[in-house]
Amino acid sequence: MTPVTPHAGTFETWATILTVALTAIAGDVLTAGAMRRIGDLDDIRAHSGILGAIKAVIGSKMFLLGVLSMALSFFSLLFTLSKVDVSLAAPASASLTFIGNAAAAKIFLHENVDRRRWLAALFVCAGVILLSK
Amino acid sequence: MKHTLSPQRYLILLAVMLTASVGDTLLSHGMTQVGPVSLHHLGTLFIALRNPWVIGGIVLLLGFFASYLTALSWADLTFVLPSTAFGYVVVALLSRFWLHEHISAYRWAGIILIVCGVGFVANGPSLTEHPHADDAQ
Repeated sequence: MTPVTPHAGTFETWATILTVALTAIAGDVLTAGAMRRIGDLDDIRAHSGILGAIKAVIGSKMFLLGVLSMALSFFSLLFTLSKVDVSLAAPASASLTFIGNAAAAKIFLHENVDRRRWLAALFVCAGVILLSK
Repeated sequence: MKHTLSPQRYLILLAVMLTASVGDTLLSHGMTQVGPVSLHHLGTLFIALRNPWVIGGIVLLLGFFASYLTALSWADLTFVLPSTAFGYVVVALLSRFWLHEHISAYRWAGIILIVCGVGFVANGPSLTEHPHADDAQ
Protein backbone atom coordinates (compact mmCIF):
# COMPACT_ATOMS: atom_id res chain seq x y z
CA MET A 1 0.00 0.00 0.00
CA THR A 2 1.37 3.43 -0.93
CA PRO A 3 1.66 5.75 2.08
CA VAL A 4 -0.53 8.83 1.77
CA THR A 5 1.10 12.16 2.51
CA PRO A 6 -0.95 14.06 5.09
CA HIS A 7 -2.51 17.23 3.73
CA ALA A 8 -4.85 19.80 5.25
CA GLY A 9 -5.50 23.50 4.85
CA THR A 10 -4.16 25.99 7.37
CA PHE A 11 -7.53 26.36 9.13
CA GLU A 12 -8.13 22.61 9.32
CA THR A 13 -4.55 22.00 10.52
CA TRP A 14 -4.80 24.43 13.43
CA ALA A 15 -8.43 23.55 14.23
CA THR A 16 -7.51 19.88 14.68
CA ILE A 17 -4.35 20.70 16.66
CA LEU A 18 -6.36 23.08 18.88
CA THR A 19 -8.98 20.37 19.44
CA VAL A 20 -6.27 17.96 20.59
CA ALA A 21 -4.84 20.57 22.97
CA LEU A 22 -8.21 21.71 24.37
CA THR A 23 -9.45 18.18 25.08
CA ALA A 24 -6.07 17.31 26.66
CA ILE A 25 -6.25 20.43 28.86
CA ALA A 26 -9.83 19.56 29.88
CA GLY A 27 -8.70 16.02 30.72
CA ASP A 28 -5.73 17.19 32.82
CA VAL A 29 -7.69 19.87 34.70
CA LEU A 30 -10.70 17.63 35.39
CA THR A 31 -8.44 14.80 36.57
CA ALA A 32 -6.38 17.12 38.76
CA GLY A 33 -9.56 18.70 40.18
CA ALA A 34 -10.98 15.25 40.93
CA MET A 35 -7.80 14.15 42.72
CA ARG A 36 -7.83 17.37 44.75
CA ARG A 37 -11.41 16.64 45.87
CA ILE A 38 -10.67 12.99 46.64
CA GLY A 39 -7.67 13.89 48.79
CA ASP A 40 -4.26 12.41 49.41
CA LEU A 41 -4.24 8.90 47.89
CA ASP A 42 -1.42 7.83 50.22
CA ASP A 43 -3.70 8.53 53.22
CA ILE A 44 -6.68 6.78 51.61
CA ARG A 45 -4.51 3.75 50.82
CA ALA A 46 -3.23 3.68 54.39
CA HIS A 47 -6.81 3.66 55.77
CA SER A 48 -8.79 1.68 53.17
CA GLY A 49 -6.15 -0.23 51.24
CA ILE A 50 -5.46 -0.16 47.50
CA LEU A 51 -9.03 -1.24 46.66
CA GLY A 52 -10.42 1.65 48.71
CA ALA A 53 -8.18 4.07 46.82
CA ILE A 54 -9.27 2.65 43.44
CA LYS A 55 -12.94 2.86 44.52
CA ALA A 56 -12.52 6.48 45.60
CA VAL A 57 -10.97 7.42 42.24
CA ILE A 58 -13.38 5.50 39.98
CA GLY A 59 -16.38 6.75 42.00
CA SER A 60 -15.60 10.37 41.09
CA LYS A 61 -17.70 11.71 38.19
CA MET A 62 -15.17 14.48 37.63
CA PHE A 63 -12.43 11.88 37.22
CA LEU A 64 -14.51 9.90 34.72
CA LEU A 65 -15.19 13.09 32.75
CA GLY A 66 -11.44 13.75 32.78
CA VAL A 67 -10.70 10.28 31.42
CA LEU A 68 -13.38 10.79 28.74
CA SER A 69 -11.67 14.06 27.72
CA MET A 70 -8.30 12.30 27.61
CA ALA A 71 -9.80 9.60 25.38
CA LEU A 72 -11.28 12.30 23.11
CA SER A 73 -7.87 13.96 22.97
CA PHE A 74 -6.24 10.66 22.01
CA PHE A 75 -8.71 10.01 19.19
CA SER A 76 -8.54 13.60 17.95
CA LEU A 77 -4.74 13.22 17.89
CA LEU A 78 -5.12 10.10 15.76
CA PHE A 79 -7.47 12.05 13.45
CA THR A 80 -5.03 14.97 13.32
CA LEU A 81 -2.11 12.67 12.49
CA SER A 82 -4.05 11.37 9.51
CA LYS A 83 -4.21 14.90 8.10
CA VAL A 84 -1.20 16.79 9.50
CA ASP A 85 2.49 15.87 9.59
CA VAL A 86 3.51 14.39 12.93
CA SER A 87 6.50 16.77 13.07
CA LEU A 88 4.02 19.66 13.35
CA ALA A 89 1.06 18.04 15.10
CA ALA A 90 2.89 16.39 18.02
CA PRO A 91 5.05 19.31 19.24
CA ALA A 92 2.38 21.95 18.49
CA SER A 93 -0.34 20.13 20.44
CA ALA A 94 2.06 19.24 23.31
CA SER A 95 3.31 22.84 23.58
CA LEU A 96 -0.19 24.35 23.46
CA THR A 97 -1.25 21.85 26.12
CA PHE A 98 1.57 22.92 28.45
CA ILE A 99 0.78 26.63 28.15
CA GLY A 100 -2.99 26.04 28.26
CA ASN A 101 -2.65 23.87 31.37
CA ALA A 102 -0.79 26.61 33.22
CA ALA A 103 -3.60 29.09 32.42
CA ALA A 104 -6.39 26.58 33.13
CA ALA A 105 -4.78 25.52 36.44
CA LYS A 106 -4.72 29.17 37.52
CA ILE A 107 -8.31 29.88 36.43
CA PHE A 108 -10.13 26.66 37.34
CA LEU A 109 -7.97 25.05 40.05
CA HIS A 110 -6.86 28.38 41.58
CA GLU A 111 -3.26 27.20 41.65
CA ASN A 112 -0.59 29.72 42.46
CA VAL A 113 0.98 29.90 38.99
CA ASP A 114 3.78 32.31 39.82
CA ARG A 115 6.54 33.59 37.56
CA ARG A 116 8.60 30.46 38.20
CA ARG A 117 5.81 28.13 37.01
CA TRP A 118 5.07 30.27 33.93
CA LEU A 119 8.78 30.17 33.08
CA ALA A 120 8.77 26.39 33.56
CA ALA A 121 5.78 26.04 31.19
CA LEU A 122 7.45 28.28 28.57
CA PHE A 123 10.82 26.49 28.83
CA VAL A 124 9.19 23.06 28.56
CA CYS A 125 7.06 24.28 25.64
CA ALA A 126 10.14 25.59 23.76
CA GLY A 127 12.06 22.43 24.69
CA VAL A 128 9.36 20.17 23.24
CA ILE A 129 9.40 22.16 19.97
CA LEU A 130 13.20 21.85 19.74
CA LEU A 131 13.11 18.11 20.53
CA SER A 132 10.92 17.54 17.48
CA LYS A 133 13.52 19.13 15.13
CA MET B 1 2.64 24.61 56.19
CA LYS B 2 5.48 24.32 53.74
CA HIS B 3 4.72 21.90 50.92
CA THR B 4 8.00 20.17 50.29
CA LEU B 5 8.11 16.56 49.17
CA SER B 6 9.32 13.53 51.07
CA PRO B 7 11.85 11.20 49.37
CA GLN B 8 9.02 8.70 48.81
CA ARG B 9 7.03 11.32 46.87
CA TYR B 10 10.06 12.21 44.75
CA LEU B 11 10.18 8.49 43.91
CA ILE B 12 6.54 8.70 42.73
CA LEU B 13 7.50 11.64 40.48
CA LEU B 14 10.47 9.62 39.19
CA ALA B 15 8.03 6.78 38.42
CA VAL B 16 5.82 9.28 36.51
CA MET B 17 8.83 10.31 34.38
CA LEU B 18 10.24 6.85 33.74
CA THR B 19 7.11 4.74 33.25
CA ALA B 20 5.65 7.08 30.61
CA SER B 21 8.81 7.37 28.55
CA VAL B 22 9.97 3.76 28.82
CA GLY B 23 6.37 2.54 28.28
CA ASP B 24 6.08 4.58 25.06
CA THR B 25 9.46 3.26 23.91
CA LEU B 26 8.42 -0.37 24.55
CA LEU B 27 5.09 0.18 22.73
CA SER B 28 6.90 1.74 19.79
CA HIS B 29 9.39 -1.15 19.63
CA GLY B 30 6.57 -3.68 19.85
CA MET B 31 4.46 -2.03 17.15
CA THR B 32 7.41 -1.99 14.73
CA GLN B 33 7.54 -5.79 15.19
CA VAL B 34 3.78 -6.13 14.69
CA GLY B 35 3.75 -4.01 11.55
CA PRO B 36 1.36 -1.35 10.24
CA VAL B 37 -2.29 -1.45 11.35
CA SER B 38 -4.94 -0.30 8.88
CA LEU B 39 -8.63 0.48 9.39
CA HIS B 40 -9.50 -2.57 7.29
CA HIS B 41 -7.40 -4.91 9.44
CA LEU B 42 -8.13 -3.80 13.00
CA GLY B 43 -7.75 -7.42 14.11
CA THR B 44 -3.99 -6.81 13.95
CA LEU B 45 -4.41 -4.80 17.16
CA PHE B 46 -5.42 -7.99 18.99
CA ILE B 47 -2.34 -9.73 17.62
CA ALA B 48 -0.32 -6.80 18.97
CA LEU B 49 -1.67 -7.57 22.45
CA ARG B 50 0.25 -10.86 22.34
CA ASN B 51 3.57 -9.12 21.72
CA PRO B 52 5.66 -9.07 24.95
CA TRP B 53 7.01 -5.56 24.21
CA VAL B 54 3.46 -4.23 23.75
CA ILE B 55 2.32 -5.98 26.95
CA GLY B 56 5.29 -4.51 28.83
CA GLY B 57 4.49 -1.06 27.42
CA ILE B 58 0.84 -1.29 28.49
CA VAL B 59 1.81 -2.42 32.00
CA LEU B 60 4.23 0.50 32.33
CA LEU B 61 1.62 2.99 31.03
CA LEU B 62 -0.88 1.68 33.60
CA GLY B 63 1.84 2.25 36.20
CA PHE B 64 2.30 5.76 34.81
CA PHE B 65 -1.40 6.57 35.19
CA ALA B 66 -1.48 5.25 38.77
CA SER B 67 1.61 7.24 39.80
CA TYR B 68 0.36 10.35 37.91
CA LEU B 69 -2.96 10.26 39.79
CA THR B 70 -1.16 9.69 43.09
CA ALA B 71 1.07 12.70 42.42
CA LEU B 72 -1.94 14.88 41.52
CA SER B 73 -3.55 14.00 44.86
CA TRP B 74 -0.80 15.85 46.78
CA ALA B 75 0.74 18.24 44.24
CA ASP B 76 -0.42 20.96 41.84
CA LEU B 77 -1.00 20.19 38.17
CA THR B 78 1.55 22.90 37.25
CA PHE B 79 4.08 21.12 39.48
CA VAL B 80 3.48 17.59 38.14
CA LEU B 81 3.26 18.39 34.41
CA PRO B 82 6.85 19.62 33.93
CA SER B 83 7.94 16.38 35.59
CA THR B 84 6.07 14.38 32.97
CA ALA B 85 7.83 16.45 30.29
CA PHE B 86 11.14 15.25 31.72
CA GLY B 87 10.18 11.93 30.16
CA TYR B 88 10.98 13.44 26.74
CA VAL B 89 14.54 13.94 27.99
CA VAL B 90 14.71 10.33 29.23
CA VAL B 91 13.59 9.06 25.80
CA ALA B 92 16.17 11.25 24.03
CA LEU B 93 18.96 10.05 26.33
CA LEU B 94 17.86 6.41 25.97
CA SER B 95 17.90 6.76 22.20
CA ARG B 96 21.36 8.34 22.31
CA PHE B 97 23.13 6.02 24.74
CA TRP B 98 21.16 2.75 24.32
CA LEU B 99 20.04 2.82 20.70
CA HIS B 100 23.06 4.95 19.61
CA GLU B 101 20.87 7.35 17.63
CA HIS B 102 22.17 10.75 16.63
CA ILE B 103 20.87 13.71 18.64
CA SER B 104 21.07 17.04 16.84
CA ALA B 105 22.14 20.33 18.44
CA TYR B 106 18.46 21.41 18.39
CA ARG B 107 17.51 18.36 20.47
CA TRP B 108 20.32 18.95 22.98
CA ALA B 109 19.05 22.55 23.29
CA GLY B 110 15.52 21.20 23.83
CA ILE B 111 16.79 18.81 26.51
CA ILE B 112 18.56 21.66 28.33
CA LEU B 113 15.42 23.85 28.19
CA ILE B 114 13.21 21.08 29.64
CA VAL B 115 15.74 20.33 32.40
CA CYS B 116 15.76 24.08 33.26
CA GLY B 117 11.93 24.15 33.21
CA VAL B 118 11.70 21.17 35.57
CA GLY B 119 14.38 22.76 37.78
CA PHE B 120 12.29 25.95 38.12
CA VAL B 121 9.30 24.15 39.64
CA ALA B 122 11.24 21.47 41.52
CA ASN B 123 12.65 24.08 43.89
CA GLY B 124 9.28 25.64 44.65
CA PRO B 125 6.32 24.50 46.76
CA SER B 126 4.48 21.48 45.39
CA LEU B 127 0.97 22.51 46.43
CA THR B 128 -0.97 25.79 46.53
CA GLU B 129 -2.48 26.49 49.93
CA HIS B 130 -6.18 27.31 49.81
CA PRO B 131 -7.42 28.99 53.00
CA HIS B 132 -10.92 27.55 52.56
CA ALA B 133 -9.91 24.20 51.08
CA ASP B 134 -12.24 22.36 53.44
CA ASP B 135 -15.25 24.16 51.93
CA ALA B 136 -14.62 22.46 48.60
CA GLN B 137 -14.82 18.94 50.06
